[in-house]
Amino acid sequence: MKKGGFALNPLVSIRDLHKSFGSLKVLKGVSLDVNPGEKAVIIGPSGSGKSTLLRCVNWLERPDSGQIAIDGNVLNEKTTNINKVRAEVGMVFQRFNLFPHRTALQNVAMAPRLALKLQREAAEQKAQRLLEQVGLEDKADAYPNQLSGGQQQRVAIARALAMDPKVMLFDEVTSALDPELVYEVLEAMKRLADEGMTMLIVTHEVRFGEEVGDRLIFMDDGQIVEQGKPREILREPKQERTQAFLKRVLW
Amino acid sequence: MNFETIRKAADTLQYLLGGLQWTAALMVCSMLVGLTLGLLLAAARLSRYRLLRWPCAAYIETLRGVPLLVTLLFIVYGLPSAATEWELNDFWLTVAAFGACYGAYLAETFRAGIESVDDGQSEAARALGLNSRQTMAHVVLPQAARNVLPALVNDAVALLKDTSLASAVAIPEITQLARREVALTYDVFYVYALLGCVYLCLTLCLSYIARILEKRGFRAESARLHSRSA
Repeated sequence: MKKGGFALNPLVSIRDLHKSFGSLKVLKGVSLDVNPGEKAVIIGPSGSGKSTLLRCVNWLERPDSGQIAIDGNVLNEKTTNINKVRAEVGMVFQRFNLFPHRTALQNVAMAPRLALKLQREAAEQKAQRLLEQVGLEDKADAYPNQLSGGQQQRVAIARALAMDPKVMLFDEVTSALDPELVYEVLEAMKRLADEGMTMLIVTHEVRFGEEVGDRLIFMDDGQIVEQGKPREILREPKQERTQAFLKRVLW
Repeated sequence: MNFETIRKAADTLQYLLGGLQWTAALMVCSMLVGLTLGLLLAAARLSRYRLLRWPCAAYIETLRGVPLLVTLLFIVYGLPSAATEWELNDFWLTVAAFGACYGAYLAETFRAGIESVDDGQSEAARALGLNSRQTMAHVVLPQAARNVLPALVNDAVALLKDTSLASAVAIPEITQLARREVALTYDVFYVYALLGCVYLCLTLCLSYIARILEKRGFRAESARLHSRSA
């Protein structure tokens, strides 16, 4: 797809994705490309399918039809090693999902040790560096239940980064946090964005999306309704549904 | 209560304790068989292959639905009568019966333990690129083990008490000896009261050991916690 060096191969390529849970159609033909270094922010009402879309990208949910490719590897194909692809896609969850029986450092070092076969020493050094990066170097030996929600979520970000992913998925990562803890997590994400990470972010923090995102995507009822530059979408949404949604969130 | 009664009680107790080795042997061997079988059954029941899941589910439901005593009589007396050419040892048949039943009970305990681990845990592990074996070994099972330990102790106590059923197939464990003593002396009240006390002591010991183990596990945890910061 390279033409004269201008067009980039998308890092994440989603084609006509459909997904139902029982009789409930959650995704009704979603297509989306995310280019290297791009920060795509997905907003939309609850139940619009945005989390399901994100979970399909690393195959935690299997779509009923449609195609997903990460850096050219088509996930649907049987020959694709799904564990290898997942290692290249970092994911941060709404409810942190840290391993409670492991310290912060061990949480971060586990995947490099097991999946990348790093030596313990090397993995822990790397983990320590990543904890520093999210401002938690002094919490390396704390267990998850000894950390605040914001700290846990920052450990979870470090844990995902430990696999050197090409793209990071954020699934409503501030929704389960007390309001005063939201900021520190968004700060960590902003730093990551500034370093050039490709990010696909599902969030309710529309203002954050405007600040960090290169593109704002509004989803409703299993479809992408509208997308474009965040400022344009927020100031002059063209679709009625987008206008109605933004009116309710940006009061 | 005079000296004579005390002496008689001591004699009876000494006689009963002569069967303790059989009670202990039954308990330990059956538990080992049960744990092994239970782990295999639980793994099979959680597998994605229906051909593994269904027979194991049927086995577990059957053995949980039939009284332990009936299973015991069937295996110890029924099997040898059908397979007369085999030399079958009553003790090992009894272990087989207890092991078969407790395998089914423990499988349910293990399954409940594994299912008690939040789905988000394995999702997080899979999202990091760990394969299913690594996810089980490093994320799910260590957490399941903690949830399962108290239930395992309960099952062990239940098994210890259930070994008394082996008296029905003439294994000379303590209940069988008590019944022999009653048949000889007609001291029904004292003998069975003493027998009850012996079981109570045994189960209390078992619970106590389990508590120490749990505490030690906890201490190892906090030691690990402090060793790095020290």
